[in-house]
Amino acid sequence: MSADATTNGAILQARGMRRAFGGLVAVDVESFSVMRGSITALIGPNGAGKTTLFNVLTGFERADHGEWTFDDRDVSGWPAYRIARAGMVRTFQIPKALARMSVLENMKLAAQTQRGEGFFPALLRRLWCDEEARIEARGVELLEWVGLAKQRDDYAGTLSGGQRKLLELGRALMTNPRLVMLDEPTAGVNPALTEQLLDRIRSVRDEGATVLFVEHDMDVVGSISDRVICMAQGSVIAEGTAAEVVADPQVIDAYLGERHGEAAMPTSEGPT
Amino acid sequence: MTASEAPTVPVLEARGVVASYLPGVDILRGCNLIVAEGELVGVIGPNGAGKSTLVKALFGLVPVRDGSVWLRGEEITGQKGHDMVRSRIGYVPQTKNVFGTLTVVDNLRMGAYLEPERFDAGIEAVGELFPVLLERRHERADRLSGGQRQMLAVARALMAEPAVLLLDEPSAGLSPALQDEVFAWVQTLNASGTAVVMVEQNARRCLQVCHRGYVLDQGTNAYTATGHELLHDPKVIELYLGALAKAE
Repeated sequence: MSADATTNGAILQARGMRRAFGGLVAVDVESFSVMRGSITALIGPNGAGKTTLFNVLTGFERADHGEWTFDDRDVSGWPAYRIARAGMVRTFQIPKALARMSVLENMKLAAQTQRGEGFFPALLRRLWCDEEARIEARGVELLEWVGLAKQRDDYAGTLSGGQRKLLELGRALMTNPRLVMLDEPTAGVNPALTEQLLDRIRSVRDEGATVLFVEHDMDVVGSISDRVICMAQGSVIAEGTAAEVVADPQVIDAYLGERHGEAAMPTSEGPT
Repeated sequence: MTASEAPTVPVLEARGVVASYLPGVDILRGCNLIVAEGELVGVIGPNGAGKSTLVKALFGLVPVRDGSVWLRGEEITGQKGHDMVRSRIGYVPQTKNVFGTLTVVDNLRMGAYLEPERFDAGIEAVGELFPVLLERRHERADRLSGGQRQMLAVARALMAEPAVLLLDEPSAGLSPALQDEVFAWVQTLNASGTAVVMVEQNARRCLQVCHRGYVLDQGTNAYTATGHELLHDPKVIELYLGALAKAE
């Protein structure tokens, strides 16, 4: 599939999003949307508000105001667990694996609405036994898919940084989400694993889900995104294909700093 | 001195510095940097290029695994921070760079800790560069604005009369107007004779004021030239925005 995802409409649409910390306006986004079935990259220099926007959209942080819909459902202000159940799942920049559980247990924990969680159903072993087996099978299958099958019984704490990122991706997929939001999926991942991770992200899209990811490595962004949204100082400043966005003078200014005051501060040729 | 030619009398020099926080993950993979007497040197590069790590390595805050650091022709690799200050190297970290619970004047006193007799002369010089700090000298440092706190951090480093001052992103987190001020006082203090190595996220502004710039990428030197040359070099944009941004 290509950048032509626009024909499918938006799976996530946000309007008037704002979040301030004291006097610092971290997010002030007029409108933001992610096209269904696309891989959309969210880029921007440090402090642009990308992670805060992620946090707000997924209910990990409250918005000062703003409305957003997921799959045409108003999910504004929903708590994180409800948003996740609705099919919009995120990962974290710093992987949040439970170190003292095995890799497979980490996967199983991510499955939702497990009957055994309730008191009475828990008493009826027959009710949840099948389900447990199904969840385990799904976990094993996904571990194989992300390339962690060999590590299934290792403590998650023993995984490398890159492997933890893969585990995060696997866990996020346990619930068959329709939108997967990845916060810097390749940060700290070695080049060989990065390739594998990108490949997996592509196939998540090819199987029908939508991917929104925050990324700093512009070559990664260029290689897998259908659309790119660039934020700076809390706002969206550019949107389009990767090539369009990186050629946008506003984006270049955001990354390299504006040139104002150039005349006032001449560069001298050397120390006097 | 001409264009990108390296200065002849380096006051501080990094030669092939390899440094890491954790074994096996080298942040700097053979970095070189030279700053001459009175020179203003900028260090820029995309996220994770190793800019901050380079100044930390120069100041001995990150172990240098390979390569060396030289001060006026004498090797100082691995020297401790207080000895660095004694050797007239000043360092201003990016964050947590003032003692919040101490007054402004006590912060400055800490800057002259190794040589208390410098205090009077030092505070006079600081007052000239940052008059606002003297006005607020009896206030606690955590009551200062972000811009003033940055001034105080630099002022404290200046109290030890450094020959070279290492600044880690002095403009970070400040409004554009305050950033202008930062670049202006960096130029002023440099003009009075202090050599400066300035790490900056705001690449263009930094290149506008510095004599020479170093562009780092993934722990190595990508480009070195005068600030002016780098400012107009499309390769620098490409480094920040990837191969797609390649200038036609």
